[in-house]
Amino acid sequence: MKKIVLIGNGMAGVRTLEELFKITEEKFDITVFGSEPYGNYNRIMLSPVLAGEKTIDEIMINDLDWYKDNDITLHTDSTITSINRSSKTVIDDKGNSYGYDKLLIATGSNPFILPIEGHDLDGVIGFRDIADVDQMIDAAKNHKNAIVIGGGLLGLEAANGLMKQGMNVTVVHLLADLMEMQLDSTASQMLLTSLRERGMSFKLEAQTQKLIADDSGRVKQIEFSDESAMDADLVVMAVGIRPNFILAQESGIHCERGIVVDDTMLTFDPSIYAVGECIQHRGLCYGLVAPLFEQAKVCANHLAEYGIGMYEGSVTSTKLKVTGIDLFSAGNFKGTENSEDLVFQDVARGVYKKIVIENDIIIGSVMYGDTIDGSWYFQLMKDENNIADMRDRLLFGQAHVGDSGHGPLDMVAAMDDSAEICGCNGVCKGDIVSAINEKNLFTLEDVRAHTKASSSCGSCTGLVEQLIATTLGGEYSESPKKKPICGCTENTKQEVHDFIFKNDFDTVFEVFAKMDWENADGCHVCRPEVNYYLLAANPDYEDDAQSRFINERSHGNIQKDGTYSVVPRMWGGVTTPLELRTIADVVDKFNIPTMKVTGGQRIDLFGVTKEDLPKVWKDLGAGGLVSGHAYGKSLRTVKTCAGDTWCRFGTKDSMGMGVTLEKMTWGSWMPHKFKLAVSGCPRNCAEATIKDFGLVAVQSGWELHVGGNGGIKVRVTDLLTRVESDEEAIEYVGAYCQLYREDALYLERTAPWIDRVGLSFVTEQLVDDEANRKALHARFLVSQLKTQNDPWKERAEGAQNHQFEVITQ
Amino acid sequence: MSSWKEVVALDDIPVLGSRVYRTDDQEIAVFRTRDDSVFAIHNLCPHKGGMLSEGIVYDHKVTCPLHNWVISLEDGEAQGADEGSTACFETKVESGKVYINL
Repeated sequence: MKKIVLIGNGMAGVRTLEELFKITEEKFDITVFGSEPYGNYNRIMLSPVLAGEKTIDEIMINDLDWYKDNDITLHTDSTITSINRSSKTVIDDKGNSYGYDKLLIATGSNPFILPIEGHDLDGVIGFRDIADVDQMIDAAKNHKNAIVIGGGLLGLEAANGLMKQGMNVTVVHLLADLMEMQLDSTASQMLLTSLRERGMSFKLEAQTQKLIADDSGRVKQIEFSDESAMDADLVVMAVGIRPNFILAQESGIHCERGIVVDDTMLTFDPSIYAVGECIQHRGLCYGLVAPLFEQAKVCANHLAEYGIGMYEGSVTSTKLKVTGIDLFSAGNFKGTENSEDLVFQDVARGVYKKIVIENDIIIGSVMYGDTIDGSWYFQLMKDENNIADMRDRLLFGQAHVGDSGHGPLDMVAAMDDSAEICGCNGVCKGDIVSAINEKNLFTLEDVRAHTKASSSCGSCTGLVEQLIATTLGGEYSESPKKKPICGCTENTKQEVHDFIFKNDFDTVFEVFAKMDWENADGCHVCRPEVNYYLLAANPDYEDDAQSRFINERSHGNIQKDGTYSVVPRMWGGVTTPLELRTIADVVDKFNIPTMKVTGGQRIDLFGVTKEDLPKVWKDLGAGGLVSGHAYGKSLRTVKTCAGDTWCRFGTKDSMGMGVTLEKMTWGSWMPHKFKLAVSGCPRNCAEATIKDFGLVAVQSGWELHVGGNGGIKVRVTDLLTRVESDEEAIEYVGAYCQLYREDALYLERTAPWIDRVGLSFVTEQLVDDEANRKALHARFLVSQLKTQNDPWKERAEGAQNHQFEVITQ
Repeated sequence: MSSWKEVVALDDIPVLGSRVYRTDDQEIAVFRTRDDSVFAIHNLCPHKGGMLSEGIVYDHKVTCPLHNWVISLEDGEAQGADEGSTACFETKVESGKVYINL
């Protein structure tokens, strides 16, 4: 068995072991050394412990039983004093030596203690571990006056906690602005006002000169460089942390400001890895929790010798864990020479938001008082989305960017435990909070796996992320920079999409092999996605039925009892007595329990058994009806109004246009479902402005609208352009379908796609570039040649028989 | 007591697909994986009774089509954080025919 030694029993090191157990079945001989007498606890929760809002037990991530259960030898109260790299051994403070094959250093960081006179007196401490917290709580029992040196994140959290413990607290800060690393001056002043109102005192622009002792050797006074002084029974130094790399440095491993590691978390010694706050990666040291998790994942991958993880650095965001104060900052919020600021300020409500933009991309943000959109801005920043098209609404938040119908996210903290967060799976706030606390969940993926919250339609993802952030507090950052498609790969949707469109593949398995999938078969998440990209990239690709979700494999919608629903196509919503008679006869013949008129102007037949499907389709086909693809990521319906054929207001033949468009587009596979509508006048009875593509007739021609959605989030379309002739309108529809097919990511409706790429991208591709529009339209028609065969007819004639035949004894 | 039933020819089960075998009192889903292993499990997801035969198959696992529970074909256990299991049956392949031990 391979011997792994971990120095440092903290969040980063132990998380690496957890990641290792997750990805490999291989057994290791693992020994862990920690200087503290505990298992692994959640260090970022020390502030709530100090504030009396949580107990030590509640912040334990891995108790001692966890080590036993995983056959890990844990040495608590044990400090490694040297590493002998040539003999591959480590030596502890009792003189024992232990051999390793791979060594993992996760020694974290130390609080920086100002080297002033009196820094080593009793009652002068840092704020780093449980022992510090214990000492502060003790001091609060017998002493009155606390001084916190340092008005940064950690200092303010310590000050808040000491105040909660009943002490008079003064924060001493070198500068005029608190949290100057995270806030701009305006937000900082708002924070100062609010903390003062809570009873915290401040001495700003003050430099500490020395600490003065009483007779017993305990601190009693602090003196500043202007020679003023204050009483102090407890002094907490929170002026920053320094990576703790002395052990590594003494053993000759290359260190600068931290232990230098490469993108695989390897140090300059090929047997020694390092993660967490003790490292320096691409010139940066991190003091927040989110990067540790990303590093742990990569490091585990290399300890397991899979060799494919890469750490490319982290973008971090900050929140202050002081109950009742909402602030958020991320990225470069102070701006650059070329950046511009968008600022929103409402003094009466105590709200301030600043978004820093460079070349139409968000590079930083600061928020105070109203932070609901923090995670959204953060995501836009990490994804480097172009925000030009929503610039005028950006500051008002996600709820104002073309969608509504969802409650504001800011309520989450104030919500009752019984409030339902995930409407699809019936998960309440209390369920999620207790799962996070009891099972020590940190990421959205963890919470999804354990509670199912936000794992169905995904519309509550923002709420769940918000809830994780408020439950875990502070330094937690919602999502990793790169979201892989699924657990089979490190690649994002965009990376896989681009790779497939640039190369030539015949099967999903070739893609998995070429892109280093961990799992040769893929899974239910990635296989349909990869299959779709192959199909969209190459009209000759041979579709793989086994890579499709059941609805697209059996060409019906599976229902909760295992039966299917059947929706025949009604071209443009126009029907005939023959079609209706055919449907009625089929319903009678097969005893179909429910008929329902759909929102897309056709008829849904519910409760058909799978064995009956081919027979039902055969009879429907005899009456001229074909598949409506109501089950697919494909063209669904073309909704129409009566138009000028009958309506006294109609200006154009909307029914005729609807039928033409449906005949052109039916059968096409798309990244997600796609709906069209055609209205015959601006009264817009066909509701074209909440469709993926909507046409509205005006006297002079057609208005073409794109990116609407009436589902989870209502989004009204953007006006793409106006055209005069029917032919132009038809060409735009084909070109738009193809652009969506080629550019959007799988399971991305046109509404979020346009929010992501920007309307101007679509305008450039379709309106400004006529040749490109024609080429896209032509490609769309080519792809349609192969797909416009009625799948129902093929199956009624025997295709894929094995699916529908049950074997009996 | 073992009772082997001949069910279907191996070639009549699609790779990474399934067939449904119905007895008097139950439905069994018979799966074929990419390594040509054959598995038979009760066609009922332990979560809400979804038909596992309709799921996407990968490795020796199937994902239920209703709510994406992943069930191991080897022992019928729900994977990941989900808890539950479904009954499994022994299978063998002889001369291209699949048998199930009922």
